[in-house]
Amino acid sequence: MKLSIQINEGPYQHQAADSAYQFAKAALAKGHEIFRVFFYHDGVNNATRLAVPPQDDRNITQQWTDLQKEHDLDLVVCIAAAQRRGLMDEDEAKRQGKDANNIAEGFRISGLGQLIEAGIESDHLVTFGA
Amino acid sequence: MTTLHTVNKSPFSSSALDNCLGLAKNGSTVLLLEDGVYAATAGTKSAEAIANADGVSFAILGPDAQARGIEGKLADGIKVVDYDGFVDLVAEHDKVHAWL
Repeated sequence: MKLSIQINEGPYQHQAADSAYQFAKAALAKGHEIFRVFFYHDGVNNATRLAVPPQDDRNITQQWTDLQKEHDLDLVVCIAAAQRRGLMDEDEAKRQGKDANNIAEGFRISGLGQLIEAGIESDHLVTFGA
Repeated sequence: MTTLHTVNKSPFSSSALDNCLGLAKNGSTVLLLEDGVYAATAGTKSAEAIANADGVSFAILGPDAQARGIEGKLADGIKVVDYDGFVDLVAEHDKVHAWL
C-alpha cells in the first residue's frame, strides 16, 4: 500500500516522533511505499540539524535523514509552522534576511498543499501527534 | 467501511478513548499506543469500557505496554501487536483516525 505520515509533535517531547519513525521503518521493511512524511505544528522541530542529543541517546533527526537516504523519502516541513519556530533553509533565510539556516539534510520546506496531496495520493494517511 | 482508531493518551488524563468509543462503529478496531496502553490495564474503568464495547476489536502496541511494565496486567480479549502488526492493521482497514 501507499502510505503517508503526519507528525505533529517535536522530538524528545513525548513519544510521537519515535512512534512515527518506528512505524515508518516497519512499513518500509514490509515493502510498503511511503509517499510522503509531513512535519506539522511542533513536529517541524524534528528537522533541525543543530540539535546535539547525548551520544548514548537516539538522534531523531539523524534517524530521519538516514531513512530518507536509504529509501529516497520525501520529508516535508510545513513552511508556516517552520517560520513561527525558527526553522529555515538557505533560501528562506536569505528571503527573511536571517544570518543562518538550520534544516537538516534530507528535509525540504513546503506548504500545506503537500499534506493535502499526500492525503489524496496515499491509501492511508497515519497521524502521530501530541 | 472499516476504521482503525489510534488512541495515544492515557484514559486517566484525557477523554480521547471515551470520545473514540462513543463514535467507533461495528467492525472497527481501536489500537492503543504510547500512554494509551494504560487503558488496557485489568481492573480499570477503561478496561471495563473496552469489555463492553460490542462489535469493536482492540489491539495494543506491545513495545509500549512493555515499556510501561503492564504487559502482564492486560485485560482479556486485547490483541498485542508489534510495529509490523500496526502496519498490518493500517492495511486491513479502509481509514485510519488518530484521536490526539
